[in-house]
Amino acid sequence: MKSSRRRFIKLAGIAALGLGAQPAIKAIAPAAEHGSQMQFTQSPNALTAKQWAMVIDARRFKTPADLEPMIEACHKLHNVPHFTEKRHEIKWIWETHYHNAFPNVPNRFISEETEERPYLVLCNHCQNPPCVRACPTQATFKRASDGIVMMDMHRCIGCRFCMAACPYGSRSFNFVDPLKGLVESEINLKYPRRMKGVVEKCTFCVERLAEGQMPACVEASNGAIVFGDLEDPESEVRQVLRENFTIRRKQNLGTEPCVYYIV
Amino acid sequence: MNDKKWIVLGLAVFLVLFLSPFLYNVLIKGAKAAPMPEVVLTEKAKAAKQCVMPTEFMRANHMQLLDEWRLKVVRSGLRDFTNAEGKTFNMSLSNTCLDCHSNKADFCDRCHNYASVAPYCWDCHIQNPQGETK
Amino acid sequence: MLELALKGSKAYWTWVVALLGVIGAGFVLYLGQLQIGLGITGMSRDVSWGFYIANFTYLVGVAAGGVMVVLPYYLHDYKAYGKVTILGEFLAIAALVMCLLFILVDLGQPMRGLNVFLYPTTNSVLFYDALVLNGYLLINLVVGWNVLEAERNGVHYQKWLKPIIYISIPFAVSIHTVTAFLYSGLPGRGFWLTAILAPRFLSSAFAAGPALLVLLCLFIRKTTKFDPGKEQIQSLGLTVAYAICINVFFFLCEIFVAFYSQIPEHMDHIKYLFVGLHGHGALVPWMWTSMALMVIGIILTVNPGTRKNETTLAVACALIIAGTWIDKGLGMISGGFVPNPLHEVNEYAPTPWEIGITVGVYAIGALVLTILYKMAVGVKEEVRA
Repeated sequence: MKSSRRRFIKLAGIAALGLGAQPAIKAIAPAAEHGSQMQFTQSPNALTAKQWAMVIDARRFKTPADLEPMIEACHKLHNVPHFTEKRHEIKWIWETHYHNAFPNVPNRFISEETEERPYLVLCNHCQNPPCVRACPTQATFKRASDGIVMMDMHRCIGCRFCMAACPYGSRSFNFVDPLKGLVESEINLKYPRRMKGVVEKCTFCVERLAEGQMPACVEASNGAIVFGDLEDPESEVRQVLRENFTIRRKQNLGTEPCVYYIV
Repeated sequence: MNDKKWIVLGLAVFLVLFLSPFLYNVLIKGAKAAPMPEVVLTEKAKAAKQCVMPTEFMRANHMQLLDEWRLKVVRSGLRDFTNAEGKTFNMSLSNTCLDCHSNKADFCDRCHNYASVAPYCWDCHIQNPQGETK
Repeated sequence: MLELALKGSKAYWTWVVALLGVIGAGFVLYLGQLQIGLGITGMSRDVSWGFYIANFTYLVGVAAGGVMVVLPYYLHDYKAYGKVTILGEFLAIAALVMCLLFILVDLGQPMRGLNVFLYPTTNSVLFYDALVLNGYLLINLVVGWNVLEAERNGVHYQKWLKPIIYISIPFAVSIHTVTAFLYSGLPGRGFWLTAILAPRFLSSAFAAGPALLVLLCLFIRKTTKFDPGKEQIQSLGLTVAYAICINVFFFLCEIFVAFYSQIPEHMDHIKYLFVGLHGHGALVPWMWTSMALMVIGIILTVNPGTRKNETTLAVACALIIAGTWIDKGLGMISGGFVPNPLHEVNEYAPTPWEIGITVGVYAIGALVLTILYKMAVGVKEEVRA
């Protein structure tokens, strides 16, 4: 009796292991079968970099209206819903005040102009991202190829650990079906929406970079936002960084944000 | 122990419940399978002759292929797929698959309904990127 | 042994049926949440964890608190606790069931929950939390069940259980440590970014868990033929007294560091909780109530006269449970999220819907606890008779 029970447990354990491995094997099988026939490549006209980075020349944006085109371009392109209920709000890129964007920087008595102009904030695509460290499923990850902090919407379980981890408040959660915050006729059919229960944020427009285009906000900025490879000394970003004094949001936290501001 | 009859009765009830779908088919409805679904190809799909992979492969494995595409696009940043014939495609459900198969109701849904699967692709990926109803 | 839970008085069955009713109602509310999304809660992009995670955190403490009877009995051979270890272990099981359910109801995509194990991520604290919580649940099930069964059969429990029992002690500490690490390792959340968070969690756990045990012991003595014992209840009361003092001490250490260093990121959250920030202070009355409850709890448990009187001890325990629950359940999570990383104040309050689901989860825990305790008490009565 006892030995048979033990044997059963052993067998059950082995069976469970086998079952556990099965989906993985199944998922690989068709690819393996046809593996030699399939090739996955980057498009020839894709823009590439070791670490994408952005420099925002905040001096060029005087009023909230100056920022509107960039926010609009991004949110339209990526089907970012608009909710009147503040709790459900989703934003990839938005404007805020100087003391909100840089809470530990403000000096008193700085130039009124600097203090009163609006600032554009978005995901910083940190080189040492705390959100990636926190995610329990690697649904958010730092892409080795270009340093973009990406979201895998199909894997996200909606635990929102990344939102707690982000020191910039750059992440939004789909508290309700995003379709409720979109106007059907204005949906960009070329870009997917999201489902309720997942976290989303700015992706530095990976889909545009892959096709050789600059991110939507950069394109809409009339040259006030420079985008390029931080690791390439010859890049425009590096040149702008060399020539101007720039600051970053909460760089004291060691996250190494990749969005720089000329103030 | 004189619970024997209860155990047997319980087992019998369980068996009947367990086999009820099969019994239903055999005894009441007659053993007739639902008609095979017939998928409709759009003109564009017909003209292309072959999908990104042979039809047989697509019929059996399109979900795994889509998943592989998804992984490559999202996680590796690779967006081009080249098949055995050397033809290259942009790996995109909305912009490539549904460009040809723009008739979701007569193509995707027919088989999915037959197999009683409800993939949630359409929650996010627009069924018909061109907005046409062919 | 489960059959012992099938024989009970009318009051017992009324209680069980009432719980099932509450569970059913909570489940219906949860189905609504599944349909609509977490938008039915009061959470927002600024306060992205709310009542669910707060209650989860509190209950991890209750589960860990059970170790306060296991440790003295098995490590220090404190014989008196032999009678009540099972109560500590079963309380831990019920608390852990609730913890796991609170995590589940908090997920945006619960159907994908197992991704945590499908894509194990060793850099995520949440992965370890899932491991230790499930591990501790399993350990308590195995140990509790087998020890109780051995007691029923009048034999010594199996030898192989001993190492598992020893492992359960560091495991209990680990569940609350790892849970604290969820919060305390995050840059830019000044309120949680403190090395004392894990010890603070543990101290409040070792107060709240045993306090609940005291109340449960008194209840069992009153309603069954099994008496957990006067000495046992007194020892638990002493544990509560020490733990609640240490908890308040740790809290005062936090206050000192924040307000002597005067670093705004650390002060602002505490200010928000206790005096309000930029005109927002929904939690201010709650936090002061919590402090008052804990202080009264200290006075009643530290003072030998009131501790030895079981009536005042019961009152003290109830106050401490309420005080630590407000502290951890309301203040700890909201306090960390307000003000947000951009120093804006957006407050959080749970919605009735959210509270309904929470009550449903508590009802499941109560049902699990009822059945387990019914079993344990049944065995104890049998053995005595």
